[in-house]
Amino acid sequence: MTKTVVQLHTPLGDEILALRAGDRVELSGLVYTARDEVHLRMKSKGIPFDSEGAVIYHCGPVVKDDRIVAAGPTTSARMNNLSGFLFDKGVRALIGKGGMDSTVKEQLRGRGVYFAFTGGCAALAASRMTLKGVHFPDLGMAEAVWIIELDRLPLVVGIDAQGNDIFEAVWENARKIFGADQKMECV
Amino acid sequence: MQRREPEALREALAKATCRAMRDAVIYLPSDVKQAIAKAASSETNAVAQGEYENITKNILVAERLGVPLCQDTGVPVVYLTLPPEIPFSQNLFDAVTDGIRRATQETPLRPNVVDPLTRHNSGDNTGVGMPAIHVQPGERFMVTVLPKGAGAENVSRIVMLLPSQKEKIEDVVVETMLIAGGRPCPPVVLGVGIGGTFDGVTALAKEALLQPINTMTAFEQKLCDSVNRLGIGPMGLGGSTTALAVKVKTAACHTASLPVAVNVQCWANRHATVEVDW
Repeated sequence: MTKTVVQLHTPLGDEILALRAGDRVELSGLVYTARDEVHLRMKSKGIPFDSEGAVIYHCGPVVKDDRIVAAGPTTSARMNNLSGFLFDKGVRALIGKGGMDSTVKEQLRGRGVYFAFTGGCAALAASRMTLKGVHFPDLGMAEAVWIIELDRLPLVVGIDAQGNDIFEAVWENARKIFGADQKMECV
Repeated sequence: MQRREPEALREALAKATCRAMRDAVIYLPSDVKQAIAKAASSETNAVAQGEYENITKNILVAERLGVPLCQDTGVPVVYLTLPPEIPFSQNLFDAVTDGIRRATQETPLRPNVVDPLTRHNSGDNTGVGMPAIHVQPGERFMVTVLPKGAGAENVSRIVMLLPSQKEKIEDVVVETMLIAGGRPCPPVVLGVGIGGTFDGVTALAKEALLQPINTMTAFEQKLCDSVNRLGIGPMGLGGSTTALAVKVKTAACHTASLPVAVNVQCWANRHATVEVDW
Protein backbone atom coordinates (compact mmCIF):
# COMPACT_ATOMS: atom_id res chain seq x y z
CA MET A 1 0.00 0.00 0.00
CA THR A 2 2.87 2.39 0.71
CA LYS A 3 2.78 5.02 -1.98
CA THR A 4 5.71 7.32 -2.51
CA VAL A 5 5.24 10.77 -1.12
CA VAL A 6 5.61 13.52 -3.74
CA GLN A 7 7.76 16.45 -2.60
CA LEU A 8 6.54 19.83 -3.84
CA HIS A 9 7.77 23.38 -3.30
CA THR A 10 5.96 26.64 -3.87
CA PRO A 11 5.49 28.48 -6.19
CA LEU A 12 3.77 25.60 -7.99
CA GLY A 13 3.72 25.12 -11.75
CA ASP A 14 2.59 22.50 -14.25
CA GLU A 15 4.05 19.66 -12.14
CA ILE A 16 0.76 19.61 -10.24
CA LEU A 17 -1.17 18.61 -13.36
CA ALA A 18 0.38 15.15 -13.09
CA LEU A 19 -0.96 14.60 -9.55
CA ARG A 20 -3.90 12.23 -9.07
CA ALA A 21 -6.56 12.21 -6.36
CA GLY A 22 -5.24 10.06 -3.51
CA ASP A 23 -1.57 10.94 -4.05
CA ARG A 24 0.30 11.84 -0.92
CA VAL A 25 2.30 15.06 -1.03
CA GLU A 26 4.62 16.94 1.29
CA LEU A 27 4.47 20.65 0.57
CA SER A 28 7.20 23.15 1.41
CA GLY A 29 7.50 26.88 0.80
CA LEU A 30 5.18 29.85 1.26
CA VAL A 31 1.42 29.53 1.71
CA TYR A 32 -1.19 32.17 2.53
CA THR A 33 -4.07 31.59 4.95
CA ALA A 34 -7.50 32.78 3.85
CA ARG A 35 -11.04 32.34 5.14
CA ASP A 36 -14.42 33.82 4.18
CA GLU A 37 -13.77 37.48 5.05
CA VAL A 38 -10.46 37.80 3.25
CA HIS A 39 -11.76 36.14 0.08
CA LEU A 40 -14.37 38.92 -0.10
CA ARG A 41 -11.71 41.56 0.60
CA MET A 42 -9.29 40.20 -2.04
CA LYS A 43 -12.04 39.93 -4.63
CA SER A 44 -12.79 43.64 -4.37
CA LYS A 45 -9.42 45.10 -3.42
CA GLY A 46 -6.92 42.76 -5.05
CA ILE A 47 -4.58 40.03 -3.85
CA PRO A 48 -1.84 41.47 -1.60
CA PHE A 49 0.79 38.87 -2.56
CA ASP A 50 2.28 37.38 -5.74
CA SER A 51 -0.49 34.98 -6.75
CA GLU A 52 1.36 33.28 -9.63
CA GLY A 53 1.78 29.63 -8.55
CA ALA A 54 0.56 30.50 -5.05
CA VAL A 55 -1.11 28.17 -2.55
CA ILE A 56 -4.05 29.26 -0.36
CA TYR A 57 -4.56 27.56 3.02
CA HIS A 58 -8.09 27.55 4.47
CA CYS A 59 -7.06 28.19 8.05
CA GLY A 60 -7.65 30.52 10.98
CA PRO A 61 -4.63 29.89 13.19
CA VAL A 62 -3.85 30.61 16.82
CA VAL A 63 -0.94 33.07 16.74
CA LYS A 64 0.92 34.33 19.79
CA ASP A 65 4.08 36.45 20.01
CA ASP A 66 4.72 36.22 16.23
CA ARG A 67 4.59 32.44 16.38
CA ILE A 68 2.07 29.97 14.95
CA VAL A 69 0.75 27.99 17.93
CA ALA A 70 -1.95 25.92 16.20
CA ALA A 71 -2.95 25.95 12.53
CA GLY A 72 -5.17 23.12 11.30
CA PRO A 73 -7.49 23.44 8.31
CA THR A 74 -11.00 24.89 8.38
CA THR A 75 -13.98 23.65 6.35
CA SER A 76 -13.28 24.49 2.71
CA ALA A 77 -16.90 24.28 1.54
CA ARG A 78 -17.56 27.75 2.95
CA MET A 79 -15.29 29.08 0.19
CA ASN A 80 -17.05 27.17 -2.64
CA ASN A 81 -18.43 30.34 -4.22
CA LEU A 82 -15.51 32.58 -3.35
CA SER A 83 -12.53 30.88 -5.00
CA GLY A 84 -12.88 31.26 -8.79
CA PHE A 85 -11.04 34.59 -9.08
CA LEU A 86 -7.98 33.08 -7.38
CA PHE A 87 -7.36 30.57 -10.17
CA ASP A 88 -7.79 33.33 -12.77
CA LYS A 89 -4.95 35.15 -10.98
CA GLY A 90 -2.60 32.17 -11.11
CA VAL A 91 -3.29 30.40 -7.79
CA ARG A 92 -2.46 26.71 -8.32
CA ALA A 93 -3.66 24.96 -5.18
CA LEU A 94 -5.94 25.20 -2.17
CA ILE A 95 -5.42 23.40 1.12
CA GLY A 96 -8.33 22.69 3.45
CA LYS A 97 -10.58 20.04 4.89
CA GLY A 98 -13.82 18.38 3.84
CA GLY A 99 -13.54 19.00 0.09
CA MET A 100 -15.26 21.49 -2.22
CA ASP A 101 -18.17 21.40 -4.66
CA SER A 102 -18.37 20.73 -8.40
CA THR A 103 -18.00 24.44 -9.20
CA VAL A 104 -14.49 24.42 -7.75
CA LYS A 105 -13.77 21.02 -9.27
CA GLU A 106 -14.45 22.51 -12.72
CA GLN A 107 -12.44 25.66 -11.94
CA LEU A 108 -9.47 23.45 -11.03
CA ARG A 109 -9.67 21.40 -14.22
CA GLY A 110 -6.43 21.72 -16.18
CA ARG A 111 -5.15 24.38 -13.77
CA GLY A 112 -4.83 23.32 -10.16
CA VAL A 113 -5.53 20.91 -7.32
CA TYR A 114 -7.23 20.77 -3.93
CA PHE A 115 -5.13 19.33 -1.14
CA ALA A 116 -6.74 17.87 1.98
CA PHE A 117 -4.94 18.32 5.26
CA THR A 118 -6.17 16.31 8.24
CA GLY A 119 -8.70 18.27 10.30
CA GLY A 120 -7.75 18.81 13.91
CA CYS A 121 -4.03 18.38 13.26
CA ALA A 122 -3.15 21.91 14.29
CA ALA A 123 -0.18 21.07 16.51
CA LEU A 124 1.45 18.91 13.82
CA ALA A 125 0.92 21.70 11.29
CA ALA A 126 2.35 24.38 13.57
CA SER A 127 5.44 22.25 14.17
CA ARG A 128 6.16 22.50 10.43
CA MET A 129 5.53 26.22 10.05
CA THR A 130 7.43 29.48 10.33
CA LEU A 131 5.48 32.72 10.41
CA LYS A 132 6.74 35.19 7.78
CA GLY A 133 4.23 38.02 7.92
CA VAL A 134 0.61 39.13 7.76
CA HIS A 135 -1.77 41.00 5.45
CA PHE A 136 -5.05 42.58 6.57
CA PRO A 137 -4.41 42.21 10.33
CA ASP A 138 -7.48 44.41 10.88
CA LEU A 139 -9.63 41.34 10.09
CA GLY A 140 -8.50 39.68 13.33
CA MET A 141 -6.51 36.57 14.15
CA ALA A 142 -8.77 34.02 12.49
CA GLU A 143 -9.54 35.95 9.31
CA ALA A 144 -6.27 37.74 8.43
CA VAL A 145 -3.89 36.51 5.70
CA TRP A 146 -0.92 34.94 7.48
CA ILE A 147 2.17 34.34 5.36
CA ILE A 148 3.58 31.00 6.44
CA GLU A 149 6.61 29.01 5.34
CA LEU A 150 5.92 25.27 5.35
CA ASP A 151 8.43 22.52 5.92
CA ARG A 152 6.96 19.34 4.43
CA LEU A 153 3.30 19.60 5.42
CA PRO A 154 1.78 16.11 4.80
CA LEU A 155 -1.20 16.40 2.43
CA VAL A 156 -3.31 14.22 0.19
CA VAL A 157 -4.68 15.25 -3.21
CA GLY A 158 -8.48 15.46 -2.71
CA ILE A 159 -9.41 16.88 -6.13
CA ASP A 160 -7.01 16.67 -9.07
CA ALA A 161 -6.77 18.71 -12.25
CA GLN A 162 -8.54 15.96 -14.23
CA GLY A 163 -11.75 16.29 -12.20
CA ASN A 164 -11.22 13.28 -9.92
CA ASP A 165 -12.70 14.03 -6.49
CA ILE A 166 -12.28 11.57 -3.60
CA PHE A 167 -14.81 13.32 -1.35
CA GLU A 168 -17.52 13.21 -4.00
CA ALA A 169 -16.89 9.52 -4.74
CA VAL A 170 -16.96 8.57 -1.05
CA TRP A 171 -20.13 10.56 -0.39
CA GLU A 172 -22.01 9.19 -3.42
CA ASN A 173 -21.15 5.69 -2.24
CA ALA A 174 -22.36 6.48 1.30
CA ARG A 175 -25.66 7.76 -0.12
CA LYS A 176 -26.17 4.50 -1.98
CA ILE A 177 -25.38 2.39 1.08
CA PHE A 178 -27.88 4.33 3.20
CA GLY A 179 -30.48 4.15 0.43
CA ALA A 180 -30.78 7.90 0.59
CA ASP A 181 -33.12 8.29 -2.36
CA GLN A 182 -35.77 6.16 -0.65
CA LYS A 183 -35.15 7.10 2.94
CA MET A 184 -34.23 10.74 3.29
CA GLU A 185 -37.86 11.89 3.47
CA CYS A 186 -38.78 9.42 6.20
CA VAL A 187 -37.12 11.26 9.01
CA MET B 1 -14.08 28.62 58.68
CA GLN B 2 -11.90 30.95 56.66
CA ARG B 3 -11.51 28.73 53.64
CA ARG B 4 -15.26 28.84 53.09
CA GLU B 5 -15.13 32.52 52.17
CA PRO B 6 -16.83 33.13 48.79
CA GLU B 7 -13.65 34.71 47.42
CA ALA B 8 -11.62 31.62 48.25
CA LEU B 9 -14.25 29.39 46.66
CA ARG B 10 -14.26 31.55 43.54
CA GLU B 11 -10.48 31.36 43.23
CA ALA B 12 -10.35 27.59 43.78
CA LEU B 13 -13.03 26.90 41.18
CA ALA B 14 -11.53 29.38 38.68
CA LYS B 15 -8.18 27.66 39.01
CA ALA B 16 -9.69 24.19 38.52
CA THR B 17 -11.74 25.36 35.52
CA CYS B 18 -8.69 26.92 33.91
CA ARG B 19 -6.72 23.72 34.34
CA ALA B 20 -9.53 21.51 33.04
CA MET B 21 -9.95 23.70 29.94
CA ARG B 22 -6.22 23.75 29.25
CA ASP B 23 -5.85 19.99 29.78
CA ALA B 24 -8.87 19.29 27.58
CA VAL B 25 -7.52 21.14 24.54
CA ILE B 26 -4.02 19.63 24.80
CA TYR B 27 -4.40 16.06 26.10
CA LEU B 28 -6.94 13.60 24.70
CA PRO B 29 -8.51 11.16 27.20
CA SER B 30 -6.83 7.74 27.09
CA ASP B 31 -9.98 5.90 25.96
CA VAL B 32 -10.17 8.22 22.93
CA LYS B 33 -6.51 7.68 22.08
CA GLN B 34 -7.03 3.92 22.34
CA ALA B 35 -10.06 4.06 20.06
CA ILE B 36 -8.08 6.03 17.46
CA ALA B 37 -5.18 3.57 17.65
CA LYS B 38 -7.60 0.67 17.18
CA ALA B 39 -9.23 2.33 14.17
CA ALA B 40 -5.81 3.09 12.68
CA SER B 41 -4.56 -0.48 13.06
CA SER B 42 -7.63 -2.00 11.40
CA GLU B 43 -7.66 0.43 8.45
CA THR B 44 -6.71 -0.91 5.00
CA ASN B 45 -7.43 2.16 2.86
CA ALA B 46 -4.08 3.86 2.02
CA VAL B 47 -5.44 7.41 2.08
CA ALA B 48 -7.14 6.77 5.44
CA GLN B 49 -3.91 5.33 6.81
CA GLY B 50 -2.19 8.60 5.92
CA GLU B 51 -4.85 10.51 7.86
CA TYR B 52 -4.28 8.34 10.94
CA GLU B 53 -0.53 8.95 10.65
CA ASN B 54 -1.20 12.68 10.84
CA ILE B 55 -3.68 12.31 13.71
CA THR B 56 -1.30 10.12 15.72
CA LYS B 57 1.63 12.49 15.20
CA ASN B 58 -0.57 15.46 16.05
CA ILE B 59 -1.61 13.96 19.39
CA LEU B 60 2.05 13.41 20.29
CA VAL B 61 3.20 16.89 19.17
CA ALA B 62 0.41 18.58 21.17
CA GLU B 63 1.38 16.62 24.30
CA ARG B 64 5.11 17.21 23.84
CA LEU B 65 4.84 20.96 23.17
CA GLY B 66 1.85 21.59 25.45
CA VAL B 67 -0.13 23.27 22.65
CA PRO B 68 -3.76 22.78 21.57
CA LEU B 69 -4.49 19.73 19.38
CA CYS B 70 -6.73 21.84 17.16
CA GLN B 71 -6.85 25.57 16.47
CA ASP B 72 -10.62 25.41 17.00
CA THR B 73 -10.41 25.30 20.76
CA GLY B 74 -14.19 25.38 20.81
CA VAL B 75 -16.71 27.01 23.07
CA PRO B 76 -16.53 26.07 26.77
CA VAL B 77 -19.21 23.64 27.95
CA VAL B 78 -18.80 23.09 31.69
CA TYR B 79 -20.30 20.51 34.04
CA LEU B 80 -20.10 21.12 37.79
CA THR B 81 -20.69 18.49 40.43
CA LEU B 82 -21.54 20.04 43.79
CA PRO B 83 -21.33 18.23 47.13
CA PRO B 84 -23.93 19.27 49.75
CA GLU B 85 -21.60 21.70 51.56
CA ILE B 86 -20.99 23.93 48.50
CA PRO B 87 -23.56 26.74 48.31
CA PHE B 88 -25.26 27.10 44.94
CA SER B 89 -24.95 30.73 43.91
CA GLN B 90 -23.92 33.18 41.19
CA ASN B 91 -20.42 32.96 42.67
CA LEU B 92 -19.96 29.55 41.03
CA PHE B 93 -20.86 30.89 37.59
CA ASP B 94 -18.53 33.86 38.03
CA ALA B 95 -15.72 31.55 39.09
CA VAL B 96 -16.10 29.33 36.02
CA THR B 97 -16.14 32.43 33.80
CA ASP B 98 -12.93 33.65 35.46
CA GLY B 99 -11.33 30.28 34.79
CA ILE B 100 -12.23 30.33 31.09
CA ARG B 101 -10.86 33.87 30.69
CA ARG B 102 -7.64 32.78 32.33
CA ALA B 103 -7.33 29.64 30.16
CA THR B 104 -7.89 31.77 27.04
CA GLN B 105 -4.85 33.89 27.93
CA GLU B 106 -2.60 31.23 29.36
CA THR B 107 -3.07 28.24 27.01
CA PRO B 108 -3.64 30.22 24.66
CA LEU B 109 -7.08 29.50 23.20
CA ARG B 110 -8.53 31.03 20.05
CA PRO B 111 -11.23 33.55 21.04
CA ASN B 112 -14.31 31.94 19.47
CA VAL B 113 -17.25 33.42 21.36
CA VAL B 114 -19.26 36.12 19.55
CA ASP B 115 -22.65 37.80 19.86
CA PRO B 116 -24.99 35.70 17.67
CA LEU B 117 -26.34 38.68 15.71
CA THR B 118 -23.69 41.41 15.72
CA ARG B 119 -20.95 38.73 15.55
CA HIS B 120 -18.87 40.91 17.88
CA ASN B 121 -16.12 38.80 19.43
CA SER B 122 -15.72 39.23 23.20
CA GLY B 123 -12.06 38.24 22.87
CA ASP B 124 -12.07 36.07 26.01
CA ASN B 125 -14.40 33.15 25.18
CA THR B 126 -17.18 34.40 27.45
CA GLY B 127 -20.51 36.10 26.75
CA VAL B 128 -24.20 35.90 27.64
CA GLY B 129 -24.84 32.27 28.64
CA MET B 130 -21.24 31.34 27.79
CA PRO B 131 -19.52 29.36 29.21
CA ALA B 132 -22.50 27.02 29.09
CA ILE B 133 -22.69 25.71 32.67
CA HIS B 134 -24.56 22.61 33.85
CA VAL B 135 -24.81 21.79 37.57
CA GLN B 136 -25.60 18.48 39.23
CA PRO B 137 -25.39 17.22 42.82
CA GLY B 138 -22.68 14.74 43.79
CA GLU B 139 -20.24 13.57 46.43
CA ARG B 140 -17.13 15.47 45.33
CA PHE B 141 -16.57 19.01 44.03
CA MET B 142 -15.62 18.42 40.40
CA VAL B 143 -15.43 20.49 37.25
CA THR B 144 -15.53 18.94 33.78
CA VAL B 145 -14.86 20.99 30.65
CA LEU B 146 -15.91 19.86 27.18
CA PRO B 147 -14.59 22.38 24.62
CA LYS B 148 -16.88 22.00 21.60
CA GLY B 149 -15.64 22.85 18.12
CA ALA B 150 -17.96 24.25 15.46
CA GLY B 151 -17.32 21.80 12.62
CA ALA B 152 -18.98 18.92 14.45
CA GLU B 153 -21.51 20.98 16.42
CA ASN B 154 -22.85 22.51 13.18
CA VAL B 155 -23.93 19.13 11.79
CA SER B 156 -25.65 17.95 14.99
CA ARG B 157 -29.42 17.36 14.82
CA ILE B 158 -32.64 16.93 16.75
CA VAL B 159 -35.65 15.04 15.42
CA MET B 160 -39.02 14.67 17.16
CA LEU B 161 -40.05 11.15 16.16
CA LEU B 162 -43.46 9.67 16.86
CA PRO B 163 -43.74 6.95 19.52
CA SER B 164 -44.49 4.45 16.72
CA GLN B 165 -41.18 5.25 14.96
CA LYS B 166 -38.76 3.60 17.39
CA GLU B 167 -37.17 1.64 14.53
CA LYS B 168 -36.31 4.96 12.84
CA ILE B 169 -33.86 5.97 15.58
CA GLU B 170 -31.11 4.16 13.69
CA ASP B 171 -31.98 5.99 10.46
CA VAL B 172 -31.83 9.34 12.28
CA VAL B 173 -28.35 8.54 13.58
CA VAL B 174 -26.98 7.21 10.28
CA GLU B 175 -28.61 9.92 8.21
CA THR B 176 -27.08 12.58 10.46
CA MET B 177 -23.65 11.23 9.61
CA LEU B 178 -24.49 10.94 5.91
CA ILE B 179 -25.53 14.59 5.75
CA ALA B 180 -22.42 15.54 7.73
CA GLY B 181 -19.98 13.68 5.46
CA GLY B 182 -16.39 14.76 6.06
CA ARG B 183 -17.28 18.12 7.62
CA PRO B 184 -17.23 17.15 11.33
CA CYS B 185 -13.68 15.69 11.09
CA PRO B 186 -14.44 11.96 11.30
CA PRO B 187 -13.82 9.42 12.71
CA VAL B 188 -16.43 10.93 15.01
CA VAL B 189 -17.96 10.07 18.34
CA LEU B 190 -21.76 10.36 18.27
CA GLY B 191 -23.63 11.30 21.43
CA VAL B 192 -27.25 10.22 21.07
CA GLY B 193 -29.99 11.49 23.36
CA ILE B 194 -33.30 9.64 23.39
CA GLY B 195 -36.36 10.83 25.33
CA GLY B 196 -36.83 13.73 27.72
CA THR B 197 -38.05 16.99 26.20
CA PHE B 198 -37.18 19.03 23.10
CA ASP B 199 -34.46 20.94 24.97
CA GLY B 200 -33.47 18.15 27.35
CA VAL B 201 -32.72 15.58 24.65
CA THR B 202 -29.94 17.71 23.19
CA ALA B 203 -28.34 18.05 26.63
CA LEU B 204 -28.51 14.25 26.97
CA ALA B 205 -26.76 13.86 23.61
CA LYS B 206 -23.92 16.11 24.71
CA GLU B 207 -23.61 14.42 28.12
CA ALA B 208 -23.35 11.07 26.34
CA LEU B 209 -20.04 12.29 24.85
CA LEU B 210 -18.54 12.32 28.35
CA GLN B 211 -19.03 8.58 28.79
CA PRO B 212 -16.08 6.22 28.22
CA ILE B 213 -15.96 5.16 24.57
CA ASN B 214 -14.09 1.89 25.07
CA THR B 215 -17.33 0.08 25.87
CA MET B 216 -20.64 0.07 24.04
CA THR B 217 -23.97 -1.61 24.76
CA ALA B 218 -25.35 -3.94 22.09
CA PHE B 219 -27.66 -1.13 20.92
CA GLU B 220 -24.81 1.38 20.72
CA GLN B 221 -22.65 -1.12 18.84
CA LYS B 222 -25.45 -1.73 16.34
CA LEU B 223 -25.78 2.00 15.69
CA CYS B 224 -22.01 2.33 15.38
CA ASP B 225 -21.78 -0.55 12.89
CA SER B 226 -24.52 1.01 10.76
CA VAL B 227 -22.70 4.36 10.69
CA ASN B 228 -19.44 2.64 9.77
CA ARG B 229 -21.06 0.85 6.82
CA LEU B 230 -21.30 4.30 5.16
CA GLY B 231 -17.55 4.15 4.49
CA ILE B 232 -17.09 7.91 4.95
CA GLY B 233 -13.84 7.29 6.81
CA PRO B 234 -11.39 9.76 8.30
CA MET B 235 -12.03 13.30 7.00
CA GLY B 236 -14.55 12.00 4.45
CA LEU B 237 -11.75 10.52 2.35
CA GLY B 238 -13.12 6.97 2.72
CA GLY B 239 -12.27 4.19 5.17
CA SER B 240 -13.64 1.52 7.45
CA THR B 241 -14.13 3.68 10.57
CA THR B 242 -16.49 6.66 10.34
CA ALA B 243 -17.49 6.57 14.03
CA LEU B 244 -15.12 5.56 16.82
CA ALA B 245 -18.13 5.02 19.06
CA VAL B 246 -21.81 5.81 19.54
CA LYS B 247 -22.93 6.59 23.09
CA VAL B 248 -26.59 6.75 24.09
CA LYS B 249 -28.21 8.48 27.05
CA THR B 250 -31.94 8.24 27.71
CA ALA B 251 -34.54 10.00 29.84
CA ALA B 252 -38.23 9.42 30.44
CA CYS B 253 -40.50 11.25 28.01
CA HIS B 254 -44.15 12.01 27.19
CA THR B 255 -46.16 9.01 26.04
CA ALA B 256 -46.87 10.86 22.77
CA SER B 257 -43.22 11.87 22.10
CA LEU B 258 -39.95 10.29 21.01
CA PRO B 259 -37.29 13.02 20.89
CA VAL B 260 -33.95 11.97 19.38
CA ALA B 261 -30.84 14.16 19.26
CA VAL B 262 -27.44 13.42 17.78
CA ASN B 263 -24.52 15.52 18.97
CA VAL B 264 -21.62 14.96 16.59
CA GLN B 265 -18.10 15.17 18.01
CA CYS B 266 -14.88 15.20 15.98
CA TRP B 267 -12.12 12.60 16.51
CA ALA B 268 -10.70 14.97 19.10
CA ASN B 269 -13.34 14.04 21.70
CA ARG B 270 -11.86 16.52 24.15
CA HIS B 271 -12.90 16.68 27.77
CA ALA B 272 -11.11 16.89 31.11
CA THR B 273 -12.21 16.68 34.74
CA VAL B 274 -10.46 18.32 37.68
CA GLU B 275 -11.35 18.04 41.36
CA VAL B 276 -11.60 21.48 42.95
CA ASP B 277 -8.95 21.84 45.61
CA TRP B 278 -11.16 23.11 48.39
